[in-house]
Amino acid sequence: MSRELFKFKGGVHPPEHKAESNARPVHAAPLPRKLVIPLRQHIGNPAKPVVDVGNHVKKGQMIAAADGYISAAVHASSSGIVTAIDLQPVPHISGLPDLCITIETDGRDEWIDHAPLDYLAMAPTELRMQLRDLGLAGLGGAVFPSAAKLDPGATYPCPTLIINGGECEPWITCDDVLMRHHADEILQGVAVMRHLMGSTEILVGIEDNKPEAIAAMRAAAARMDFAVEVVAVPTLYPSGGAKQMTEILTGKQVPSGKRSTDVGLQVFNVGTTYALARAIHHGEPLISRLVTVTGHVLRPQNFEVLIGTPMHALITLAGDRDGTTGVLMGGPMMGMPMPNLEVPVVKATNCLLVKSKELFPPLPKALPCIRCTRCADACPAELQPQELFRFAKAGDFGRAQEYHLFDCIECGCCSYVCPSHIPLVDFYRYAKSEIWAHEKDKRAADLARDRHEFRLFRQEREKKEKAEKLAAKAQAKRAELAAEPAAGGAAASDADAKKALIAAALARAQARKAEVAPKNTDNLSPDTQHEIGEIEARRAKIRELARQPLESEEKNP
Amino acid sequence: MLAAILVMVGIAVVTGLILGWSAIRFKVEGNPLAEKIDAILPQTQCGQCGFPGCRPYAEAIAKGEADINQCPPGGEEGVKKLADLLGIEPKSLDETHGAPKPKSVAFIDEQTCIGCTLCIQACPVDAISGAAKQMHTIIAAECTGCELCLPPCPVDCISMVPIAEDLPHWKWKHPVVMLKRVA
Repeated sequence: MSRELFKFKGGVHPPEHKAESNARPVHAAPLPRKLVIPLRQHIGNPAKPVVDVGNHVKKGQMIAAADGYISAAVHASSSGIVTAIDLQPVPHISGLPDLCITIETDGRDEWIDHAPLDYLAMAPTELRMQLRDLGLAGLGGAVFPSAAKLDPGATYPCPTLIINGGECEPWITCDDVLMRHHADEILQGVAVMRHLMGSTEILVGIEDNKPEAIAAMRAAAARMDFAVEVVAVPTLYPSGGAKQMTEILTGKQVPSGKRSTDVGLQVFNVGTTYALARAIHHGEPLISRLVTVTGHVLRPQNFEVLIGTPMHALITLAGDRDGTTGVLMGGPMMGMPMPNLEVPVVKATNCLLVKSKELFPPLPKALPCIRCTRCADACPAELQPQELFRFAKAGDFGRAQEYHLFDCIECGCCSYVCPSHIPLVDFYRYAKSEIWAHEKDKRAADLARDRHEFRLFRQEREKKEKAEKLAAKAQAKRAELAAEPAAGGAAASDADAKKALIAAALARAQARKAEVAPKNTDNLSPDTQHEIGEIEARRAKIRELARQPLESEEKNP
Repeated sequence: MLAAILVMVGIAVVTGLILGWSAIRFKVEGNPLAEKIDAILPQTQCGQCGFPGCRPYAEAIAKGEADINQCPPGGEEGVKKLADLLGIEPKSLDETHGAPKPKSVAFIDEQTCIGCTLCIQACPVDAISGAAKQMHTIIAAECTGCELCLPPCPVDCISMVPIAEDLPHWKWKHPVVMLKRVA
């Protein structure tokens, strides 16, 4: 049975370089002495630490809890002592530090108690919260919290579930290797997703340059008690993009600004599915992942790596060589250069690509855009990259948005084909982040405006309320006083009423003063009584003295 | 002749009625220009422009009573946007109203604070929480960095802390494209 496949527009076919790393067996990377675990490893709110410095933690223990719905927990990758919760370098292109929990490992690698989850007996909401607390996030690259993605909400049931094993980016083989060795577990994870999403059609899309993975997945699919269709898709970058994979398999395009569940499907990476199976059937949180270490190393291969392991340890393990010119996290098309190699492996780290002058010769200097529109032919998002470039360069972000800048998936096809070697994607990233910053400022300004306006309104209201209250009080008092003299039979004039009010207020003040008179003057010894008498006499004298100049002043005029 | 005049008068009356009715029916509340200017202003509510808040300044610009270069927090970019909106030439910021500063938020040294509430009364956006004789603190997410809380503080315990660049605030820089020299 062969399925009719569709083709997305554009795409490129760079040299694959998969054979370097996919043939070697997977090794577990050794336990490092120190694990640095960032708290912002997923999209959404960073996790909040729940341990203190000095605490002993076990492997798989939650060290930071999810903060909000779009968030995921973070766990200790091995047992040891928490030695720091502070800013540490993280794998980010800026080289800026971020909040991390550092664990000095004790070498025992002692697991916390964990048990499989009976997902069929659990309510979907409860199950999703459990998955969030197990730290699940999309391992395809975007690290979107999986629990949120597994919530179809109003679009339940989501008829089609696409499992993305495309792995279209050159050099990377971690998904390929995962499918070869853990096909059964991947499909066990799919069973859970199917349960949560209510899907009936399961499609696994794998590029046809991975025949072993396709065979393994087909064999596993035959053993499953539900229908899984494993589809070999033509090798063309970026067929592993969620939107592109969707289009290839179903012919459906997700409209701009809509989510894939709106057109009745959801896409998950095979790594995420595997992690989900580990979480459900073993109760294991997401504390390790497969990482391809390839490029300019002696033994390019895949490692099972604990989250928090420093990157240089992996490169040493794969055999570092002279002439390294830098390391990319990810592949050559979308990867990010790492500011240094002290940074840890995180949930998003699928590949460490070590560069050398021979493998990645420095790009020739950029020439002006000649508007050849080769980029437009290559763009899989059907955008006009040359126009976007022009607007981004000129700072005309409004026009860039009109040209659907935010539909750009930053796949790098445009930069790849550009005969002028312009780093087009960098311009789009720049424009996007400027627009985000501008929107953030705008939201802050709107908030400030609202709060200022409310403050003015509140001040006005308080003034009015105070005036009303005073008026009402005066009115009540007046009425009360008016009633008294009326009983006496005398008609009170306005001035009299005012005087009476003042007299009443004075009387009240006197009464209050008497109330707060010191209570420590009872039952005193004669000595103390005598002392008090003396002090009182002195006070009276001073009061007399103080009054004199005042009186003289009064007499003067 | 008479018929022509009557027709013309008739048309005039009918259109006049329509115009008069729509002037009432579609009357725009407030000053739409001031509204647009207010949307451009940064809403710091700092009063450096000489008006008690951004809205009064926007209204003054709309009436032509104030110049467009009196808002230091908006910076040159803000002046440019206002000039674009009003169709006039942009000019440089008026130094007498102050110079643009990096974005900051106020910070209260809680050891020194005596809980006098004077800063709470001064804050234009109610971004300070606290009560009499209770320690005060800034709600950083809502602080506009207007510095209006600094002068009233009797113990000088408020300082302005510039917002440091961290990961959530990091922005991609404009790529530097090396152009190849052609001969």
